[in-house]
Amino acid sequence: MAPAQPESDRAAHARQAAVLAALIAIALALPWLLRAFGLDFYLSLATRIVVYAIAATSLNLVLGYGGMVSFGHAAFVGLGAYVSAIMISEGVRSGALHLVATLAVTALAALVIGAISLRTRGVYFIMITLAFAQMLFYLANSVKGYGGDEGLNIRARALFSFAGYVLDLKNPLAIYYVALAVLALALVALARFAPSRFGRAVLALRDDDVRAEALGFPTYRYKLVVFVVAGALGGVAGALSVNLQGYVSPNVLHWTQSGTLMVMVILGGVATVWGGLIGAAVLLLLQEVLASYTEHPEFWTGWVLLAVVLFARQGLVGLLTARRAPRLS
Amino acid sequence: MAGVLILEQALNGLQFGLMLFLLAAGLTLVFGVMDMINLAHGSLYMVGAFLAAWLVALTGSFVLGVIGAVALTALFGMALEAGLLRTLYARDHLSQVLATFALILILNDGVKMIFGNDLALSAPAALAGPVELLPGLQYPAYRLLILGVGLALALLLWLLVQKTRMGALVRAGASNREMATAMGTDIPRLFTIVFGIGAALCAVAGALLGPLLAVQVGMGENILILAFVVIVIGGIGSIRGALVGAILVGCIDTLGRTLLQHVLREFLPPQWASAAGPAIASIAVYVFMAIVLAIKPQGLFPARG
Repeated sequence: MAPAQPESDRAAHARQAAVLAALIAIALALPWLLRAFGLDFYLSLATRIVVYAIAATSLNLVLGYGGMVSFGHAAFVGLGAYVSAIMISEGVRSGALHLVATLAVTALAALVIGAISLRTRGVYFIMITLAFAQMLFYLANSVKGYGGDEGLNIRARALFSFAGYVLDLKNPLAIYYVALAVLALALVALARFAPSRFGRAVLALRDDDVRAEALGFPTYRYKLVVFVVAGALGGVAGALSVNLQGYVSPNVLHWTQSGTLMVMVILGGVATVWGGLIGAAVLLLLQEVLASYTEHPEFWTGWVLLAVVLFARQGLVGLLTARRAPRLS
Repeated sequence: MAGVLILEQALNGLQFGLMLFLLAAGLTLVFGVMDMINLAHGSLYMVGAFLAAWLVALTGSFVLGVIGAVALTALFGMALEAGLLRTLYARDHLSQVLATFALILILNDGVKMIFGNDLALSAPAALAGPVELLPGLQYPAYRLLILGVGLALALLLWLLVQKTRMGALVRAGASNREMATAMGTDIPRLFTIVFGIGAALCAVAGALLGPLLAVQVGMGENILILAFVVIVIGGIGSIRGALVGAILVGCIDTLGRTLLQHVLREFLPPQWASAAGPAIASIAVYVFMAIVLAIKPQGLFPARG
């Protein structure tokens, strides 16, 4: 054992811990920092980034870690949004009930969609997940009782109450911190997942599912578990987005939403813990900045994305980390 | 009366199916031979429609405008293929999704910058009226034109793919690209031409459907997904499969949208029937795709032997 190696490893770890601590501090202090600079308006943008980061992280679990190129992830985000919006419009405001219902409905939907879709592979898996999302999109368009194609406005928001203390998600601070807590949990879980026994098995079957199956792993069941967990997390992101914006429409289920989430994951870094967060933050900030300079922000966003495809093949995380992980294809 | 309605809707379905085929033909070849997911294929349809609306207004002639739009879109498609898409063939599907999604953003906003959010395009005045096909069946003359052009192009494409040397090379490429390359086919050059033809067909569909639907930014997004459904049903890489799939999807979608409401009205209150009919019809296409994949995982006419 050469002593130099652990030394530099320890230094790298210390640096990583410092960066992480700084990030957490900034995320926690952000509402006060924004207020100090008179930029309160941007708190809702920050919350939007966090909510999209949760959705993109959940997609990264399926797409990056699981190797399942799902082109219908908006189905779960949109479903979660509709569950929460419909509960509020029916007068149910208990946050705990919202969480349970969102998790139950989106996990069940992911179980059904996943169980069918995972029988196919490659391009056909892409198309069949897309098809299921399209079905929900048209279904949402036709449910006139809950807004149909015009969407559904909600006036109230979900409430969390414990020990006499009430947290109303209408409060911009409340929803920011709740979303942040969900994102933090998701990222910690993802970071612990990859080196776990289950995580290693999932990565193994992503890289070569015939070998993984020969080694005795129940590949279909493992993939389905990953698909369901990601779907449920996506659903929570959807429920949060509805409580942030007070509005839901079938557009949350449109295939371009699935495309946007995929773009965030690929932009940030496929199969990296931070990929979803970085992709969501960069894409949304880019659009926000461009929108203040030009009338055609999407035009320039498109060029930036093209440049990333052509010049940053590992996504932005790949650019940031000096020591690149060996690429698993 | 019911018979006339069904016949009229069947003609509409066939007509929509033929236009879907024009979109799917190029998509299935690029997907089948180059293994490339091109989400921007629908943007070529939009570009074609906008160019047609612009040129028709400029020249005052529908025919000249459409021909000009088809030629320009073909050139644009070839430039796009040679300049960008070609570098993506060797990349994974995710990179292709990201790049062509970026292209959608660029082309949508680019078209908006040049032409605005929408353009007016109306059918030529000579074809504005209906034609009596059968006693009691009045059918719009313009829709007959679309049917005629669609059938003619389908036949032309079939001759091109089945009877010419170039068609044989394309079929060889779809069946086994490595082998075709090893046998001396210049696949990259062939594909610039194939892409140009695919773009031209998109422009025909965009220009002809423009007066019926609307020439607006984003028009390519929804029809793109239907075109993908068509090629998956037909078998990726198969022109014949694309034709059969397109007509099936066109008929299911059109007949479902109109006839299902009438059928449902027998059992359901009218407002339910008018809401559920179109929803079930939109979903029916995807259910049909799932059933086809369950029975024939490679589609109806698999191109790879």
